[in-house]
Amino acid sequence: MISYLLFIGTLTAIYALLSLGLVASWGQAGMVNLGLVGFFGLGAYCSTLLTLLGLPIGLAWVAGGLLSAVMGIAFCLLTRTLRGDYLAIVTLGFGEGLRLVELNERWLTGGSDGISGIPAPFKAAAGELFPWLYFAIAWGIVLLAAWGLNRVLGSPFGRALRAVRDDENVAAVAGKSVLLLKCQAFGMGAALFGLAGALYAHFTSYISPDNFVVQLTIYIFLAVTLGGYSRLVGAILGAVAVMSILESSRFAAEFVPGLNAVQIASLREFAIAVALIIIMQVRPQGIFGLKNEKARAPAQPDTAPASVVSSHVK
Amino acid sequence: MFIELAQYVLNGLVLGALIALPALGLTLIFSVQGFVNFSVAAQMTVGAYAAWLAGAYVGWSPVLMLALAFVVPGILGIVTDRLALAPIRRQSSGHTALMLAVVSIALNLAIENALRFIFGSDLNSFDTPIERNVQLWGLSFGPQQMRNLATALVIALALAAFFSLTRWGKAMRAVADNADLARLKGIDPKSLSNLATFIGMGLAGVGGSLLAIDTSVDPSTGSRLLLVIFAASVLGGLTSLYGAVLGALLIGVIGEVALIALPPVYQSLTAFLAILIVLLVKPTGLFAGAAGVRK
Repeated sequence: MISYLLFIGTLTAIYALLSLGLVASWGQAGMVNLGLVGFFGLGAYCSTLLTLLGLPIGLAWVAGGLLSAVMGIAFCLLTRTLRGDYLAIVTLGFGEGLRLVELNERWLTGGSDGISGIPAPFKAAAGELFPWLYFAIAWGIVLLAAWGLNRVLGSPFGRALRAVRDDENVAAVAGKSVLLLKCQAFGMGAALFGLAGALYAHFTSYISPDNFVVQLTIYIFLAVTLGGYSRLVGAILGAVAVMSILESSRFAAEFVPGLNAVQIASLREFAIAVALIIIMQVRPQGIFGLKNEKARAPAQPDTAPASVVSSHVK
Repeated sequence: MFIELAQYVLNGLVLGALIALPALGLTLIFSVQGFVNFSVAAQMTVGAYAAWLAGAYVGWSPVLMLALAFVVPGILGIVTDRLALAPIRRQSSGHTALMLAVVSIALNLAIENALRFIFGSDLNSFDTPIERNVQLWGLSFGPQQMRNLATALVIALALAAFFSLTRWGKAMRAVADNADLARLKGIDPKSLSNLATFIGMGLAGVGGSLLAIDTSVDPSTGSRLLLVIFAASVLGGLTSLYGAVLGALLIGVIGEVALIALPPVYQSLTAFLAILIVLLVKPTGLFAGAAGVRK
């Protein structure tokens, strides 16, 4: 039971890291990344392959995050003249396309068999304590990322990001380099997705394309929406909540008689999807409440006039 | 060699004609409502199951079967649009369009899993009699595929007639062109939006059922093609109906011709690469005006 809880706890940390990445790009800068699972997978495969080539695990994690960030920035630049929906479509395509590559380039990724036996840090040295150690490492990284993001997003840079999110034109008129800000935010988010993927690969020691399906994207969007979509603490709590829903529904489903395994699985995913739809309708500001961003940064003239101006523009 | 290439192009056109129907639906809904409704993919599957139940179980004729495959996703499309998406459209803020994209992905997942819950994950085929391919000029024509091509053509023509001849069709084009101006002329955007959803999802359903008749239906039939449909629509510029058809045919041909060099599973990937290249070279789409560019 303890090992199950530790496993779930570590997985929650990975979800929390993904949620933090989504807060950085979607919550704070307003860019939808529908292919976050692609960046997650990219980080996982990159880190795995590099470690198997003999790179130290720590460096491989960094490489996984960096590669994802580069990819994210590339997409950002590619769609720079287009509306936000195009970035969403391109990232969605990236997520699906990458999965096909993972499935079919057997020489590199092992195809649908995946890659097993991925080394984990200090596994031999820690022995029995390894699950505890990895749990601590994962949550340590989450806290570090949350602290770093908090510093970054609380700075003038963060205010500029939110200005871009609320109205790009106003931000541009105020002299902000919109494209640069967007690339930074999207790259930051993608780097966290990649890092989460790397953490995941070395944690489960096995990855296959089945781990990187579109459902995960929905889970993370639900987590971030639950947490008030622009809040860091909310994202972490949201990840905990989503994991609780997922795991408890696994047990709850056993009490419903006459359902087969496929039906239980589809019911759970149905419930998650419907939960996301309902929460977006009823409480777009999230269940954990919305902290007023203006209050956090009192000298924030950017957002208030934004709505006034935009209503005139339209 | 030439014959071989021609065969690939032919197969591509057949596939493209099938993709054209959901791509038309997507484009239509985008034109009128102004957002990308990803649940088109799941509605394809809904249409395919409706046709399968009517055809393989009840034994309806193909025409009735396709009519059902149009009406069921059409109605379900309106219901889900009203329940899931309309409340979010009303919270107007700067990124409503993106919120809608996220919610429609969730909706897509919900419908797909509802179907999986009801029908299970198995492949269901239509038990159509096996027919011999017709050989002509060294090319091989599958009878069912030719029927699919013809059906798609008839539907596309009917749609073109609807848009250029009827009052509703003209109103819809007016809304797509300029929603505010259309409202000033007394066009009710809500009923029009419902009509666009009905026709759009219906087209997706027919496309899905034609595909299923040719192959088989399972809960992911439509979702597997999600990317290809979007590629077709984006190639066409997302607001042009003719563009969507041409985009679909192009995607179909590119995907099939690419089979010469790539394994078949990469069809979605070629579609994705096509999107990337088009966005790099001509960001407004190949066949349309400045629809996608930020104003």
